[in-house]
Formats: sequence, structure tokens, C-alpha cells
Amino acid sequence: MENNSPTAVSGKIPFWRDVRVLRVLFQGIFLLGVILLLAILYRNMLEGLRGLGLTLNFNFLQDEAGFDISEGPIAYDPSDTYLKAFCVGILNTLSISIIGIVCATLIGLLFGIARLSSNWLIRTIAAAYVECFRNIPLLLQIIFWYTAVVAQLPNVRESISLFGGAFINNRGIYLPSPEPTSSLKIWLWFLGAGLLLAVILYIVRWRQLQQLDRPGFPAKWALPAFLIVALCGWFLTPGRPFTLDLPALQGFNYQGGMRFTPEFSSLLIGLSIYTSAFIAEVVRSGIQSVVKGQREAARSVGLKEGQTLRLVVLPQAIPIIVPPLTSQYLNLAKNSSLATAVAFPDLFHVGDTMMNQTGQSIPVFAMIMVSYLVMSLTTSAAMNWYNRWITRIGR
Amino acid sequence: MRKFLFRVSALVLAISLVIPLLASGEESILDKVKNRGRLVCGVNKELPGFGFLSQDGTWKGFDVDYGRAIAAAVLGDPDKVEFRPLKAADRFPALQTGEIDVLIRNTTWTLTRDTDLGADFAPPTFYDGQGFMLRKDLGITSLKELAGATIGVTSGSTTELNLADTTRALGIKVEPIVFAETETLYQSYDQGRCDAVTSDKSQLVSRRQSLKNPDDHVILDVTISKEPLGPVTVHGDNKWNDIVSWVVYATFFAEEHGITQANVNTFKTENPEIKRFLGTDDGTGMGGKLGLPKDWARQVIAAVGNYGELFERNLTPLGLPRGVNKPWTQGGLLYAIPFR
Repeated sequence: MENNSPTAVSGKIPFWRDVRVLRVLFQGIFLLGVILLLAILYRNMLEGLRGLGLTLNFNFLQDEAGFDISEGPIAYDPSDTYLKAFCVGILNTLSISIIGIVCATLIGLLFGIARLSSNWLIRTIAAAYVECFRNIPLLLQIIFWYTAVVAQLPNVRESISLFGGAFINNRGIYLPSPEPTSSLKIWLWFLGAGLLLAVILYIVRWRQLQQLDRPGFPAKWALPAFLIVALCGWFLTPGRPFTLDLPALQGFNYQGGMRFTPEFSSLLIGLSIYTSAFIAEVVRSGIQSVVKGQREAARSVGLKEGQTLRLVVLPQAIPIIVPPLTSQYLNLAKNSSLATAVAFPDLFHVGDTMMNQTGQSIPVFAMIMVSYLVMSLTTSAAMNWYNRWITRIGR
Repeated sequence: MRKFLFRVSALVLAISLVIPLLASGEESILDKVKNRGRLVCGVNKELPGFGFLSQDGTWKGFDVDYGRAIAAAVLGDPDKVEFRPLKAADRFPALQTGEIDVLIRNTTWTLTRDTDLGADFAPPTFYDGQGFMLRKDLGITSLKELAGATIGVTSGSTTELNLADTTRALGIKVEPIVFAETETLYQSYDQGRCDAVTSDKSQLVSRRQSLKNPDDHVILDVTISKEPLGPVTVHGDNKWNDIVSWVVYATFFAEEHGITQANVNTFKTENPEIKRFLGTDDGTGMGGKLGLPKDWARQVIAAVGNYGELFERNLTPLGLPRGVNKPWTQGGLLYAIPFR
């Protein structure tokens, strides 16, 4: 009997047959294997580099870059450091990604809803759009926009002029830009007052609607109020808060105003259209995932078509849409590295030049990878937070 | 279970044995090329005159011929060479990782490349300088007038840096557009995206031919840099770099002494240096010292000819003058080191 007692049995189990020990052991062995493999690769790399007489470090970042960058949101000069050049690259990637995401979302939303339209023509056009742009490689599309569309625009001297202030040619799209003047400060006071009024109106109206237990836009009063105050301020302010800086032909190119270069424009068009085709599908599937009965019930209660969409369908569809939408945003940001093909100085392009001029390929590659990783993780986190927030509101 | 543990420990042991093996790869590229029976040479594929793939599928050009010359010296056959087309930005990684044995792609020798990029240079085969090409109707004759212009340039090149240096020195601002592909650069220039392109003058001359209307474009009579172009080998393999260097010297030497593709096999001489060069002397000759066959230099000249012939065949048709790319005896910069 004594032999059969559980304690006696477990006491006899040797460690190599004990499940609890084995579990830890196997994981330990696996971890060891992975570490060993990484160590081999690392060692191999160091050996190879030593053979070439190369040393890796980040000291070069403080050196003068010596190369110029065609565009960027911050001022940059060839005498600046490699680090600054890299920052220009990051900012360019950020700006193309953010603007691209906004455009792709708007276009995608439009076509996603259009795909469900009851109108045959609209539905078919939307379907054709999605299938066409979703199934052609992005690189091809970007090069198409660059060489076949933007580069075919007229020369600088034969620019297309719109309303006398905007110009389009194969060097870019030039728009007038607002330049702040000294009277901007006074106008900002008006704006502040308008905002305050709008907030008060919004809260009052929101409370009212809550008490009445009626759906409606609390912003219906607040927004016009704000606009009226802002407009009155614009005319009451002595002098204008902004003057328009008009682009004008000087020497080789147009100077002044706002400018979108052909490289930026073609990349933006390519990225937005390609991604919007995917987003359209995401939106369509999200809306269709809401069971038909919900919609029918909403209509039978007496809600209008718009109200049904806004109050019943979208609150249920958005939590389904957001996760795949996030991956599309991440894709867009990562795909922006195709900028090299059209000479837009994004993160990857500038990094590539840095690798070439310094030979520090591994440190620069690591910097590029970390930058993309941080950008993507931040986007993911923001979208997850938005999803949680919207789900809570919906309930 | 014991069997499993045994297997795991065997695997660990095997991996730890492999580590030193992976790290030791100390054979010279010369042995690699001989064992493979083929030379792998990184070249340009879109620069007529220097390196390009012609319509019948054969590689042609000045740089390409140097690749053939090395194959002839090492393997005795100028056709035992594989050409790898490379973009400017990809060439040094390809060299560093050993994907190519030698890089002959109109590559400029600079201090940074010699040290930081892990490259060793052979003597320059072409002394070039950076220039500018632009539309004739702009009526521009000096660099100062280019202030505010849009200028196209290829990435990963010394020209990108020289452009920035020059505009800074002149105190003018230009808008550089950096293209990864040479093809896209000249296409965009042709379409009017850029006012000018800047590159090595030889490249400008070569690419002007393929523009829509070559006569509408001029190359400014200004040279902003020195661009010594030559073959490159990976840093640390001195034996291999010696071979590539002496193949280059062999073409210089042959021109200095009037040895040509036509007469190299029947060249009669009592000059001991030429005899050593041709491998018709007694003893092991110069080839043995390099680890090559005795008649390596004769093979080189028989395969591609001397420097003058190489130039005439590839670059003269483009309209490139010899300039300083003449033997030192005629006032040029080509100077063969003694074959002794």
C-alpha cells in the first residue's frame, strides 16, 4: 500500500520524466538555441567586418553630411550633420504618411459606401475602382503617376494657371499660402471668444437633448455661432490677419507660396489611391457585417436612412472596421519607402544615401528599422486606443 | 527521453563546432575565381561606352573590357566572366558582401571610400571630371547663373557631394533631385523636370546621345571636380588587388611599347622588360609572382588590346577626346609601373 501512495510515486519520478521540470527545460533549451544562433550570426558579422577593416559606430552622425536634400519641413543645409539629414528624412516620411492616411481614409470611405449603393452605376464604378487599383503593384502605380502623369504636365514657362494664383507645371503644384501679419493677434482673440461661446452652446444643447432623450447634433448651434464670431472678427480687425503669398515665376522656377513637388504629389497620389482601394473593402465588409435585421428594425422604429447609418449601423461597424483599418495605415506608412523610385527624400532614401557616403550600413539600417518600428507601434497604439474609446461610447 | 537529450546535446555541439568554421573564410578571391572557373564583375548596365548591355545581349564598354582582361589574365579566357549590373547605391554593398569579385563601374577613388567603405582601388583607368549638361536655349555659360535651378543627380555618387560643395562655395542655392536610377534621371531631365543634370563628363557625353534631341543640349565648359575612375576590390585581399592593378598596368605598358592586339603573339623584341612582360623570358616570369600563368599579360593584350585600342573601340565613337588619358610619354597621366 505504501508504494501506491501519491507522495511515494511522485518521489520516485526522475526529473527527466517530470512534466513540470521538462516544460521549463525545453523552453530553456529552445531559448538557448535562439541565443546561440543569434550569437553565431553576430559573430559572423563582426568577423566579416574585421576582414574588411570596418568598424561600426554611431560617431559619424555628428559629421557634416555634405549632401543636399531637395525638400523637407525643416531648413536643412549640406553643412548640417548626418543626424539632421536623417531627421529630415523621418519628417518627410511622417508628413507623407499622415497626409496619405487622411486622403486614403476619405477616398476609401467614399468608395466603400458607394460599393453598397442601390444605384447600379455607382456600385459598379466603385467595384471597378477597387479591383483595378487593388490588383496592380504599388511601385508600378507610383512610377506611372510620376512619369506618365505628373511629368507630362506642361513646362514651367507654359504653366497652367488657375484663378491667377495657383500654377501647375511639371515642377509641381504651386498654391498661394497665407502669411500671418501683425493683426493676427487681434483676430486670435476673436477666435478664442468664438470657441468659448461654441463650447457653452454645445454643452447647453447636449444637456437639452439628453433631457428630451432625442437624437440630434449638439453641434448644430455651436458651429454656426463659432463661424459667425470668427467672420465678424475677420472684418472688425484693423487690417487683415493674413496676406496671400502668391507664387511668381522668378528665374528658373516659381518662388513663394505653397508648393507640392512632383515627387511628393505622385507618391501621395499612388499611396492614397492604392490604400483607399483596400480601405473601401474594409469599410464595405464592416458595414455588411451588421446584420440586416438591425437596419430593418431601425427603419421600422422610424429612423431616417442617415440616422440609421449614424446611430445604428456605424456604432456596430466601427469596432469591426478599426483593426483591419489599422493594418492598412501601417501598410501605407511602410509602403512610403517606395519613395526612392521617384526621388522623394523619405527616411529610406536619405538613409540609403547616408549608408553610401559613410559605409556604416548596419548602424544606419538599424536606425531606419527602429524609426519605422516606433512609427508603426505608435500608430497601432493610437488606433487601439481609439477603438476602445469608440466601443465604450457605442455602448 | 535520453535519446532526445542526446540529440539536443549533439545539436548544440554541432553548432558550436560550426561557429569557427563560419568565421574562417580566409581564402583569396584569386582561389575563389580559379575554383569557380569564372570571374564575377560588377558593372554599369546603362552607360554606353563604359558598360551597357547591347541589343544582341552582349556586354559592351570600356569597363566591361577590363573585366574581360582580368578574366583573360586569371583564367586564360576573356569570356569566362559574368557581369552583374549594379546601381550606384548598390555597388559597395555588393563588393563588401563578396557578391562580386571586382567592381568596374565608373567608380571614383576618394579617401572616404578607400578607408570607410572597405574598398581597395586599382590604378584609375579613366581620369574624369564632373560637369553639367543643360538646354542650349537657356543660354547659360557659367555655374553662377544656375542659382535657383533644379539639378538632377544620382544617389550614392560623389557627384551628389561635389554638387553640394560647389554650390556652397559659390554661395548659390540650387534644388537637387536625387534619383536612384540613372535611367530615371535622364528621362526626367529630358521631360523638363530638371533644368540641368550633373555627373562625370564622360557620362554626360554618353547619355546625351540617347536624349530625344541631343543637339538641344550642351555640356558646360566647367569642371568642378577630379574623378579618377578605376576598378575596385574588397579591402584586405592584397593578392587580388595586385592582380587587378597589374592587369591595368599591362594595358598601359602595352601602349607605351606599341604592343597591340594584332602583334602581341608575334612581337619580336630583345628588350628584357618586354620579354618579361610577354612571358617569353627564361624563368618563372612576372606571372609567378602574381600567382598567374607566365603569359598572363600576353593573354590580356590578345583579349582586349592595349589601352589606346580599348579607348578607341569604346570611347572614341562617343566623341570623347583622349585628354589626359594618354601615356605619360605623350603628356598624359597613364604611367605603367616597371615590370621588374
